[in-house]
This record gives sequence, structure tokens and C-alpha cells, in this order.
Amino acid sequence: MSSYHLDHLQYLETESIHIMREVAAEFERPTLLFSGGKDSICLLRLAEKAFRPSDIPMPFLNVDTGHHFPELNDFRDRRAAELGGKLIIRKVEDAISSGIAVPTPGEISRNRLQIPTLLAALEEFQFDCAIGGARRDEEKARAKERFFSFRDSFGQWDPKNQRPEIWNLYNARVNPGEHMRVFPLSNWTEMDIWEYIKHERLEVPTIYFSHKRQAVRRGGQWLPVTDILPPKEKEEVKDLVVRVRTIGDIISTGLVESPANTVDDIIAEIAAARVTERGSRADDKSSEAAMEDRKKQGYF
Amino acid sequence: MSSHPIEILRFNTCGSVDDGKSTLIGRLLFDSKNLMEDQIEALERSADITGGGQINLANLTDGLRAEREQGITIDVAYRYFATPRRKFIVADTPGHVQYTRNMFTGASMANLSVVLVDARQGVIEQTRRHSYIAALLRIPHVVFAVNKMDLVDWKEERFLEIRDDIEAFLPKLGVLKDVKFVPISALNGDNVVDESPQTPWYEGPTLLGHLEHVHIASDWDLTSFRMPVQWVNRPNNPKDYALHDFRGLSGQIARGIVKTGQQVMILPAGIKTTVKQIWTYDGPVGEAFAPQSVTLCLQHDIDVSRGDMIVGLETLPGMNTELHAHVCWMNQRPLQRGKKYFLKHTTQTVQAVVTSIENRINFQTFEPESEPSELHMNGIGEIRLRTSKPLIYDGYATNRFTGSFILIEQGSNQTVGAGMLFPPTEPVKPEYQDFAI
Repeated sequence: MSSYHLDHLQYLETESIHIMREVAAEFERPTLLFSGGKDSICLLRLAEKAFRPSDIPMPFLNVDTGHHFPELNDFRDRRAAELGGKLIIRKVEDAISSGIAVPTPGEISRNRLQIPTLLAALEEFQFDCAIGGARRDEEKARAKERFFSFRDSFGQWDPKNQRPEIWNLYNARVNPGEHMRVFPLSNWTEMDIWEYIKHERLEVPTIYFSHKRQAVRRGGQWLPVTDILPPKEKEEVKDLVVRVRTIGDIISTGLVESPANTVDDIIAEIAAARVTERGSRADDKSSEAAMEDRKKQGYF
Repeated sequence: MSSHPIEILRFNTCGSVDDGKSTLIGRLLFDSKNLMEDQIEALERSADITGGGQINLANLTDGLRAEREQGITIDVAYRYFATPRRKFIVADTPGHVQYTRNMFTGASMANLSVVLVDARQGVIEQTRRHSYIAALLRIPHVVFAVNKMDLVDWKEERFLEIRDDIEAFLPKLGVLKDVKFVPISALNGDNVVDESPQTPWYEGPTLLGHLEHVHIASDWDLTSFRMPVQWVNRPNNPKDYALHDFRGLSGQIARGIVKTGQQVMILPAGIKTTVKQIWTYDGPVGEAFAPQSVTLCLQHDIDVSRGDMIVGLETLPGMNTELHAHVCWMNQRPLQRGKKYFLKHTTQTVQAVVTSIENRINFQTFEPESEPSELHMNGIGEIRLRTSKPLIYDGYATNRFTGSFILIEQGSNQTVGAGMLFPPTEPVKPEYQDFAI
């Protein structure tokens, strides 16, 4: 292979940096959605690569459902501070009290309630663009989404009427009240993410690695026992050695039994995996079109 | 881990409705063991409901509810899979006449196009159209996959007949250099991943074998350096004293190679200067090449902004407001002469007006029809434009990135057209001035 050749991570990296810089140059008030999860950790490194030695020219935004893993939030706050970035947090709890987000009777999951909370935050700060860490390999509806994904004034995605995206010429034009979601990691796979984490020696929250946790078996998955998710009567609580593969809310994130202690272990585990990453997310299983429906309403 | 592929090949699949594009991608994923248990389970679940128990591989890519209901693919779907040799990014692009614009979306970045042909139907208008678009987009490699060979009893004569039909019109397209033909059955998996016992008369590789081995290292253009300036990198009150005077020009290299100490020209100003440093997050580098994203620091403090281009001196690009291009139209509202559009080219957006529509391609004959009054959705033709500021460009045939543009409708902000520039009639002739005070 000649020296003038990029390997797959270098290729994905240069594509993502180009997209990050287009956002900084084309939008007036962009933000970067940072949860502390593995994908958004890569996003931040790509932002460093795109903008250093300058400051990253946009604040970070996170919608806190109140059901986050505490390890994740600690990591999020620390990483944002290390990078000298401004971190804006908007809570579903507050959106419920102010009436912006209304739970249906008996609704425990905060998944749906993130949508109005996020849209209210975008409006509050007049953000015209939000960079997210979604990848097309995650899910069928995401597989059809553009890098620059237009949202109307209600925050809705219209999959049938997407702007054609040709070459690397991204159409970033929006009218007031509309916004763009931009996904620089669209072409990355779960494996690419971990290989990049390894290559860049990026720190990730400890829950991605093997640890002991109490869990109950529900709907074919192991869910962590917490105050929000106490065991039901007759339900057996097990002490397991687990890790998380993808992080959602603490009540819907399936734990994977795993001895993987290092990034290398995780890469080997994914290479041998027989189910997809989102196979461990209860929020996607509710129906064949679960993600499509949420995205249309303004989900990440 | 040495088990990982180190090269990415991007390809798209195109063909007519029911040619079996989605089935082919499903088959590639399935036979190369890139499908996971939960994906197979989901397929089986939907098979029980809709398919009378038979797994439908097309359901893997037909992701949206409307598609499953209508049994069609309405937009470009991207799939990812890997073999020990390569990683693949696949764009599944629909075949309906009205969705030709999606092929542009799916194919514009591709190294390779797979054009599906139904062995029973042979060459139809869609085959010609997709071949034409692949040629127009200068896709470096094209494979015609003659599908459903099982339905013509694996007859070699039928395969050869279709190949001859295609080879008969290829010369009209002119520019397709690397063309292959593979007889397959996507439904049964013959010659997709595994060699078929049905085709002893076929000596070429399977489709996946070809995708794994086709030479793509020279698909990038490493001649004549070009870097459109994307973003000016000037730290605000940096803590590091050494950065007080830092002024970098960030961008993705569109063509060629740049080296520290090299003379370059800034356009449109026409000023020559030297590359002082190639800055990257991982430290300065001695040289950089397309398509790397870098930050250049120049010897002289010149006023440079987004939309300017830094170019090597060996061959200069064109610079003009009067332009000649092929355009593919992508919107319900036809292209109108005299109407103002936004035109985005490299990192600059200008206003443009179409001064004439010279012709429109007829996909039956590949002959241009002269002076049509309009260009409708999915129409392709030659136009002349005038822009509010000069574009700094190469011909699209020379370089995809400095030779392409999109048209955006003012008001609706829709992307309505994709343009490929003809080569400049002459290179820019700046009043050569070395930077000197």
C-alpha cells in the first residue's frame, strides 16, 4: 500500500472532521450533543481534531432524563471540563414540572419525554444545528438518514422528503425556527468506534468494562436493579459480572454478561458478537418502526 | 488486532424495480456472515407476518414503514459490512424512474457501482440510465450483475447476449474504464459470495471476490494540489503564548499533495506564498494529501477566508463566472432559465442564474435533444450559468470535488440540482505577484 493512502479509520476521521468544520462555518449557533457515551466521546475527539488549537466553537448540550447511569454523568461533566467546553444540561424532570413534557399515566420511561425537552432546549438557546453521534449501522431508520438531516419548525424529520446529499457538498441552509441535525459518525460502525477509542487512547466511562452488578431478567434481558427499577415480587435478583454495550436509560439498558476489562477485550468481543448493539436496548424493541416514529417527532 | 481490514470500498447498487437490489445486499450480508442473530430474528418475525414464513432478505434494507407496506425502497439506505480484506459502505439506491436523484446521492462518493440487470428482461431504459449516470459521475469501477440467472436456466447464451447489448452502448458513454460482468442469483446466492456450481462456463470472480480485490488505491487524484479553505483557525486569547500569532487555514485537501516549504497560490487573490507548517492535532507533518483534513499555516499574513482556494503551481484551475456544466435535476419544480439559485461549490456559496439550457439527454438513444425549454425532475442536460462571484474550479472529469456543485432553491432551501463542470477553457491568469511589501 502506498504511503499516500488512508486506512479505514483515517478515512472516516477526515470525512467527520470535514463535516464538523462545515457546521462551524455554516451555522450561526451550533451545539454538540454530548452524553458521555462512547460515540459522543469520539465526536469530541473529532471536534478537537477539527478545531484545535482554537477552542471548540460550540457549547455541549445534554438532555438529562434523570434516569442516567451516575457513572455516565460524572464522566460527562469531567470530560467537558477537561476540554474547556461549556456544558448545558436540560433535565426532563424540569420539563415535566414546567409542563413542556407530559408523561402519560403510568409512563416510567423517560425516553419519549426527552424529545420535548431537547426541542425546548434548542429553542431556548436558538440553536440552528445540533451535532449528534448517531451511526447508520445502529438501526434501519438511521440507515436512511443524511449527514445533514433537516428538521422543520416542529423538530420533525420527514424521511420521504430528505434533501439529496451529493459528493461532500452539504446543504446547510435553514430558515428561522428550523434546524439541522448533523451526524458526523454516520459512516462509522460499532467496531470503528472502539478501534478509534483504542487508537486515540480515549477514556470511556467505567460501565463499558466488566463489573459486578445486581440484575433482574425481564423481556429477555438483564436489567440493572436500582431505586427506579426495584425487583418485582418473586423476581430473582442475581449478582452478575456484566458490562454495558450501549448506554440508554438505566431502566432500559440491557447488561451483557462479559469479562471484558480492556478496550482490546471489547474489540474481540464485538468481533465475535452474534447480536447487534441495539439488540440490548428495550426502547427499540417496542415495535418494528419504533425508531422511525421517534425520529419523526424529533428524537436524536 | 490484525484481523481488521484496512481499506474502505464504497459502492452502490442500482437497477430497476424488482431487479433484486435489496435482496442482493441482504445476500451479501447474510453469506459473508455479517448478519447478527437479532437481525435474523427480526427478519423471521416479519416473515411470519407478511411473507408466509419465508425470510425476505430485502427487508434488511427496506427500513421505513412505507417501504415495507409498498414493498419498494424509497430512499438511499446505507449498509456496512466487512470481510477480512476490506470494509464496505453500501448505498442501496432505488430504481424507480422518479427516484433517479437518489442514485446521485448514493453513487456520488462511490468507488464502484453495481448495476443489476434482470436476466429475463435484459437491457431496459433503467439499465441505460444507470450506466449513463455512473459514467457521468465518473464512478471508477462498474459491475453489471446479471441477476435471476436461475430463471433463464443458467444459459450462457443469455448472459452473453445481455453482455453484448451492454457493450454495444458502452462506447457512447465513453468514459467507463473498468467494467465487469457477473452472472448471479441474489435470491439463491449463486456467485454472490460463493462460487456457483451452475456456471461452469463463467471463469471470473464472484461479486464479493471482485469487490474485495478491485484496485482502488489510485481512485484518489494525487496530482495538482487544491485545498478549498473551509474555516479560518485563529485562537481567541490562547493561554499558550506561542499561539498568539497562530493563523491557520483549515480544509480538506481535494486534490494532490502539499509539502512544507512548497510554493502555493491563494485564489481568487492570485497571491503566491509558501506553506510554513502543516498543522494537525497529532503534530505537524511534512506533507499531506487528498482527502486528508489539515490546517495550513502560510509564510505571509494574507487575508484569506472561507471559499478561497489554496492551489499548487504546477497546473492552475480555471476561474470564471461564466460556466458550462452537466446538471441532473432533482426537484418537482423544473429547472428554469433566468431563475436565481444558490450554488454551492467546494466551500463557497454564490448566487447563480441559468442562462441557457443547451440540451437534454434522451436515455433511449443517449443523444442530446437540443434546446429544451425546461429540465424536469430526473432530467440530465447541459446548461450554461453565470455566478455572482467567480468559481475556482477544475473540470469534473479531472476532479470530483473541485468540479462539482449543487443548486439550492432560494426560499425552500431544497437541493434541486447536481452539477458537473466542463473543464475550464483556460487556466486562471493572475497578475503573478510574489508576496512582497
